[in-house]
Amino acid sequence: MTSTEQNDARPQMPLGLAKRGYSGVIHRIAAVDAGSALSATELESRLIELGFVEGARVEVLHEGVIGRDPIAVRVENVTIAVRRREAMAIIVA
Amino acid sequence: MHLALVGTPNSGKTSLFNALTGSRQKVANYPGVTVERKEGSFVTPLGRQVSLVDLPGTYSLRGRSPDEEITRDVVLGRTPGEAVPDLVLCVADSTNLRLTIRLVLELKSTGRPLMLVLNMFDIATRRGVTVDVARLSEALGVPVVTSIAVRKGGTAELLRRTDEISAQAPGPLQQNLWQPLTVAGLRATQRQADRIIAATISLPTKPDTWTARVDAVVLHPVAGLAILALILFVMFQAVFAWAQPLMDLLSSAFTALGLLVHDTLPAGLLQSFLQNGVISGVGSVIVFLPQIIIIFLFILLLEDFGYMARAAFLMDRIMGGAGLHGRAFIPLLSSFACAIPGIMATRVIDNRRDRLTTILIAPLMTCSARIPVYTLIISAFIPARQIGGWVNLQGLVMFGLYAVGIASALGVSFVIKFFMLRDYAPAPFMLELPDYKMPRAGSVAIGIYTRAKMFLHRAGTTIFSMMVLIWFLASFPLPPAGATDPAINYSFAAMIGRALEPLLMPIGFNWQIAVALIPGMAAREVAVAALGTVYAIEGGKEAADQIGQVLATKWSLATALSLLAWYIFAPQCASTLAVIRRETGSWKWMAITFGYMLALAYLASLATYNIAYALGAG
Repeated sequence: MTSTEQNDARPQMPLGLAKRGYSGVIHRIAAVDAGSALSATELESRLIELGFVEGARVEVLHEGVIGRDPIAVRVENVTIAVRRREAMAIIVA
Repeated sequence: MHLALVGTPNSGKTSLFNALTGSRQKVANYPGVTVERKEGSFVTPLGRQVSLVDLPGTYSLRGRSPDEEITRDVVLGRTPGEAVPDLVLCVADSTNLRLTIRLVLELKSTGRPLMLVLNMFDIATRRGVTVDVARLSEALGVPVVTSIAVRKGGTAELLRRTDEISAQAPGPLQQNLWQPLTVAGLRATQRQADRIIAATISLPTKPDTWTARVDAVVLHPVAGLAILALILFVMFQAVFAWAQPLMDLLSSAFTALGLLVHDTLPAGLLQSFLQNGVISGVGSVIVFLPQIIIIFLFILLLEDFGYMARAAFLMDRIMGGAGLHGRAFIPLLSSFACAIPGIMATRVIDNRRDRLTTILIAPLMTCSARIPVYTLIISAFIPARQIGGWVNLQGLVMFGLYAVGIASALGVSFVIKFFMLRDYAPAPFMLELPDYKMPRAGSVAIGIYTRAKMFLHRAGTTIFSMMVLIWFLASFPLPPAGATDPAINYSFAAMIGRALEPLLMPIGFNWQIAVALIPGMAAREVAVAALGTVYAIEGGKEAADQIGQVLATKWSLATALSLLAWYIFAPQCASTLAVIRRETGSWKWMAITFGYMLALAYLASLATYNIAYALGAG
């Protein structure tokens, strides 16, 4: 797994804003600011259960039809579909 | 010995369950919840009788939905009436161990005897995943076996180890140290899992290129939607067209059987009971079987292939606007053929709340049984005029009836989302897109077999008793000697119809319509024949044209339009209600469906009748 340090040079951004083809490393989870219907704790728990933890490599593989939402994200060796709203909680660099 | 299968969704749990138990499966619901309970049995090589329960897929024991609560409670031995598992088998997709290893670490803290099953080990090996099984077992502190559920003999090692474990004297009972994990706890176990994976498993550098290539087309914004539309078109076509000859065959076989009874037995109660109660009752259930088998053939193939998650991905935003899950798409579409297979197909929706919403609105989709009623009334009352030179007015009315059905389904779903079912947090769309896998004929066959058996067994009994009740209402009391009117006019159905007349007067229905609606509960299209009977028209069902002509002279246009509106909404189908009762495991949801549809039907008819009357169509 890639360490987060070597990506410090890249600007941080929420995965929810990433375009198709973006790849990076998860820096932290910021569930409070995401604006999901779920509570911050619940959202963070669910994201971790699907493998979105700090240091994991992510790549945006596909985008949905309407509003480019949801997105299909490769997390290490698993593909997860997630709405952009929830992906706003995943800060990547 | 009791075994429980636990695993993340897509871990191949079901194919392992099928491989171990074959067709010795029982599918039911956990008491009081819309969660499927699958149990099977098998005998180990050493002759030990084992019962195996397939628990709902989950990523953790937090129990964030009723399905996941079942998994947690069974593992912890908290479910009353459910055997405490002697051994928990945690199933993993060997190509994708990351999330399962975390789950294993959590399961370990329950103190329950545990074994990790690395399923689909052949695919993992082919893809270049190498697992140091001995070191993994050591690092996790639980036995680890590999398995290939889809291959003959692929579960041999699993069976051998199960025998070994059951032969051992039970060790000191381990304490249950499990507690709901906090965010920090979850993160720590995932980190620990990642460390264990780094030390014991080497992953290939290249991902599954086949899945990537298929996804490039299937999830493409344009090509993807075109493919989805094509698949749905074929499926819809199959349900309508392929099932029709079989349904006709079954239907005429039962009619022939009924006639045979009619001819051999002397006229009287027994003859009527066997022909109109038993045979047509059983027939009306069995006739749905071809549709159910075809729908489930498609659904199981698409599910096993891994396409269902992709369809949900494509449809998520479109369905999500109305508060529906992306996966509700296929059940709702199936409901255009018939709500019964549609409601049964909601089993593809994992979340209970999403599943209930879909079940509640599925009967609003215009099913094929409404078509005979619609065409009868439209052809009798709506002139076949062209509008703007190319739109046929009759076709436009038909389209309008479908559109109102869809619009009201979306509206009801929207209302449910905001006012009801608030007991659980809505599940945001977060879904694993599994690698594609070739569906196995055996697994699909077992799936279809269990669905068909379940439908015939359980729904069959309820539907059948309702049919007998409807027959009873339409046949008793017997007409007095020398009666000139049709027999149904002296029955309880007629009494109910006359009693309901004051209630139905505001919506423009006369007592004859009310009487016809009662046998119409058996199946919507039966109302057409029943109207013929009530108006004493010779020829019954075949004489639909004739019925139309008679109705055109007896009803006003406002009444006809009101009846059309009624049929969009009214819960005029005992079979659908029985299936809702069965699938939700509660009378409550059946009653709610019946109640809300009846209310909508009454209001719609009331509005239609009065507006039409005011416009001079009375």
